[in-house]
Amino acid sequence: MYTFIARRLLSTIPVLLVVAVLIFLMLRLTPGDPAAILAGDAASSEQIAQIRSSLGLDRSIPVQFGIWAGNLLQGEFGRSYFYKMEVTQLIAQRIEPTLALATLTILIAVLVSVPLGVIAAWRFGGWFDRALMGFSVLGFSVPVFVLAYILIWIVSLKLGWFPVQGYKRLADGFWPFLYHLVLPAITLSVIYIALIARVTRASVLEALGEDYIRTARAKGLPEARVLMRHALANAAVPIATVIGIGIALLIGGVVVTESVYAIPGLGRLTVDAVLARDFPTVQAVILLFSFAYVVINLLVDLSYVVFDPRIRY
Amino acid sequence: MNPQALSVESANIARRENAWQRLQRHWSVRIGGVVLVLLVLVALCAPWLGTVDPSLFDAASRDLRPGQSGEITTLEGEMIKHKFLMGSDSFGRDIYSRVIYGARVSLLVGLATALLSLAFGIVFGLSAGYLRWLDGPLMRVMDGLMAIPAILLAITLVAMWRASLVTVVVAIAITEVPRVTRLVRALVLSIREEPYVEAAVSLGTPTLKIMFGHILPNCIAPLIVQGTYICASAILVEAILSFLGVGLPPDIPTWGNIMSEGRVQFMAYPHNLFFPGVFLALSVLAVNILGDGLRDTLDPKMAKRL
Repeated sequence: MYTFIARRLLSTIPVLLVVAVLIFLMLRLTPGDPAAILAGDAASSEQIAQIRSSLGLDRSIPVQFGIWAGNLLQGEFGRSYFYKMEVTQLIAQRIEPTLALATLTILIAVLVSVPLGVIAAWRFGGWFDRALMGFSVLGFSVPVFVLAYILIWIVSLKLGWFPVQGYKRLADGFWPFLYHLVLPAITLSVIYIALIARVTRASVLEALGEDYIRTARAKGLPEARVLMRHALANAAVPIATVIGIGIALLIGGVVVTESVYAIPGLGRLTVDAVLARDFPTVQAVILLFSFAYVVINLLVDLSYVVFDPRIRY
Repeated sequence: MNPQALSVESANIARRENAWQRLQRHWSVRIGGVVLVLLVLVALCAPWLGTVDPSLFDAASRDLRPGQSGEITTLEGEMIKHKFLMGSDSFGRDIYSRVIYGARVSLLVGLATALLSLAFGIVFGLSAGYLRWLDGPLMRVMDGLMAIPAILLAITLVAMWRASLVTVVVAIAITEVPRVTRLVRALVLSIREEPYVEAAVSLGTPTLKIMFGHILPNCIAPLIVQGTYICASAILVEAILSFLGVGLPPDIPTWGNIMSEGRVQFMAYPHNLFFPGVFLALSVLAVNILGDGLRDTLDPKMAKRL
């Protein structure tokens, strides 16, 4: 099993390397001279040339990539053109809201969608099943920002249950923090719920057709135990997989949700940095998100061993 | 041939003959198809649906409520009476006209993105699946592309290039190409083991002809389904990009742009967001439902999995 973990870890290296090369090339091949941007409007051509050579921008592209990748490995992402500070520092300031939002969203999504999917599979073809499938198509189709404004309109403006926008740091107290985070997390979790519920339903449905379910029922186990212990437990691997794949959706949603709810997180930072053409920041944030996506899916793969003891690597 | 095999054979033929009829019977194909046809008609007939030029504005008709009447200045400088069915925005432009013309942009982006990503995905997928030496390197690049969250990739690509209809379509297509490539590659890997491919190879058929003449036709059904889903997702991503202010330039009336401009005064004038939002959700829903129906009828193997 340790060899499997080692092999799986090693297999993420090429993916991350390709990601790094792609992001590097994408931004290095953009029109516009980073040295000139960094130097400012008033700089002379000698100053620009000096900055260019100090950044290594006068070297060949492969050498530049080597320097850039070497810096990344030492945790140096460069300096933001727009915010005039180290990108690592900038990310450190902005990461809390994004982590909080993502965690709460995944929590809500899993707690809601898995039971819904199990019930739908249990009552396959019934009204609940149809309603859930209808909701799931709807959840995929309503854009997250449209949903956000509908929720703000109803829940915040008409009912006054939650604040319209804004964010409170965890340091300001847990309840205000949660109070500001609930509506964005609910908004973001809808598409995720649609996705997980669909897969949960399909894989529980498949498990329910197996012989051991008939055996479990025949020996008189309560239906809840058959569903949870026998059907759901055997359907856990596809569910874990889709939670991992859904992280990509979640990251895209974070960018939009933070923008609508004025949450000062990494998603908001990405949009602001793109609008300001602040490429070191864009580069770092995209790398970070892609890295998180790859690592989470790695963890999901490793979790199969826990969910399904039949899988031995 | 024994009778049982014969009956399986004839059942297959009967099913193939019925594919079009089965499509028409499927309720989600009907609903999705009808809504989509209506939207296409609305987009095509935009000038004759009581709209004005979507770029027209009039300071006197700013922030009108839906259904109010006002005046608007035409390009010739004439003042004409106009009923603002969906109200007007903070420049005094007619939201109704902008939403109707926006349907053109959204549907065009959806269709163009689907075709573009299918075209590239087919070429890459066939190459990776059939030319073994290309498989490794090509798929590693695709894995890398897929590891970058789609919306972030699209935002960055559009920001790097100048935002226009073409760059937005290309950027969204780039995020979809790896998925199509994977699908085609997987299909090719199973199809290439079929006896008729072996027969073609042994007859000395050129590789290109085997790839496009023998293998590709057998991938069509799943590709149509995939293309429909890409279309829905492209409409959605375009709206998101425009809404965030990194998509199509603001002078093009798109649902995302209308909502992006309307969000500032959302509290006072929610109609700026409401109408384009409904149209957006409705179109994506129609295309998705159509896709589900196509999947159930054309690609039963995939339908079983979900």
